[in-house]
Amino acid sequence: MDNLQPALDVVVASLLISGALMSLAAGIGLLRFPDLLSRMHAATKPQVLGLLLFLLALAIEFRSWALVPVLLVCWIFQLLTSPVSAHMVGRAGYRTRHMRRDLLTIDELDDVVEKAARQRGDGP
Amino acid sequence: MTRQRTPLITELPLVIWLVIVWGALWQDFSAGNLLFGAIIAYVVANLFYLPPVELSGRFNVLWAAPFTARFLVKLVTASAEVFWLGLSKGPRLRNAVVAVQLRSSSDFLVTATGHALSLIPGSLVLEVDRSTSTLYLHCLNITSDDDADAIRRDVRATEAWLILIMGTREDLALLRAEDRFAREREARS
Amino acid sequence: MTAVTYVVGAILALAAACALYRAARGPTILDRVLALDVVLAIIGAALATRMVVTGNLDNLVFLVVASVVGFIGSVTVARFVTDRK
Repeated sequence: MDNLQPALDVVVASLLISGALMSLAAGIGLLRFPDLLSRMHAATKPQVLGLLLFLLALAIEFRSWALVPVLLVCWIFQLLTSPVSAHMVGRAGYRTRHMRRDLLTIDELDDVVEKAARQRGDGP
Repeated sequence: MTRQRTPLITELPLVIWLVIVWGALWQDFSAGNLLFGAIIAYVVANLFYLPPVELSGRFNVLWAAPFTARFLVKLVTASAEVFWLGLSKGPRLRNAVVAVQLRSSSDFLVTATGHALSLIPGSLVLEVDRSTSTLYLHCLNITSDDDADAIRRDVRATEAWLILIMGTREDLALLRAEDRFAREREARS
Repeated sequence: MTAVTYVVGAILALAAACALYRAARGPTILDRVLALDVVLAIIGAALATRMVVTGNLDNLVFLVVASVVGFIGSVTVARFVTDRK
C-alpha cells in the first residue's frame, strides 16, 4: 500500500483543487450573472459536484469502510435538499418579480400566470 | 384529530432510510445499534406524521446504473459549462422559461424528474402544474427556439430514463407505445 | 501537500470573497440568502480540506449538518418572501 501513497496523494490533491474550483465557479457566478435566477444556477448546482469531489478526497485519504456510509448520507442529503431550496427560492423570486424579465428570450410561464390571474378577476 | 393510518409497507422505505442515517452517523452498524435505530425511526415516522409517498412498486437496478453514469457525466460537463459561462458571458447572459409537458401523471415521478433536472446545472424547476404534469423550467443561456427544443428533448429523455427505472407499469406501457410509434414513423418516411 | 493546501485555501478565499460581496450588495433578500448559502458550502469545503490535511475526522458531522441547515435557512426565507407580498 505504501508504494501507492504518492499516486493517491496526487489524486487527493487534484480532487481538492477541482472541488475548490467548483466553489470558485459559484462565487464568480454570483458576482457576474445579471439576475437572481441565473445567479441561482451558479450558486446551487456546482456545489453538488464540489461536495462530491471533497467527499471523494476524504474517502481516498482515509480509506476506511466505516466512513463510506457517512459520506454517502452527507451527499444524498445534499442531493435531496438542494433542488428543493433552489425551487423554493426560484419560485419566490419569480412570483415576487425579483428577476429581470428583459433577460428572458422565451417565457412560457408568464402567459399561464396571466391567464390564471384574469380568471380570478384580479389580473393586471 | 383523526388521520388515516399509513400501512407499514409504504412506511418501510422511510424507516429503512432513517435507520441507515442513524447507523451512518454513529458509524456503527452492529445489530443492537440498528435495532435501537429502527425503534427510534418507527416512533419518529409515526410521531411526526407526513403524507405517505406513493412509490410505484418497481425499481430496476439494471437501468439505474447507466442513469447514474449519465447523471454524473452531465453533472461534470454542466458544472464546467456554468463556470465557463460565468467567465466568458457574465452579465450578457440570456435565459428562458420553458414549459415541458411530461408523460407521467404520477406525483412521485414528476418530483423525481424535477429533482434530477434541478441537480444538473443549466435547468431549474420554477413551477409545477400538477394537473397537467407540466414543468416550468428556468434555463441558462437560451437564445433561440432551437435551444429550447433541445432542452425539451433532454427533459423528456430524462423522464424516459426515470420511467424505465421506477415508473409505474402504465407509464412504462405508454413509453413503449411511443417508442414503437416513433420507429414506425421513421420506417415509413 | 502543503502547497496544495495553500492553493485550495486561496481559491476558497477568493470564492468566499465573491459570495460575501454579493451578500453585502444584495440587491434583494433572496440574493443574500443565496450568497450566504454558498458561504456555508465554502466553510464546509474548508473543513473537508482541513480534515484531509490534519487527518482527524472531528468535523465530519458538521458537513452533514451544514448540508441540512443551509436548506432549512433558504426555504424559510423563501417562504417568508412569498407570503409577505
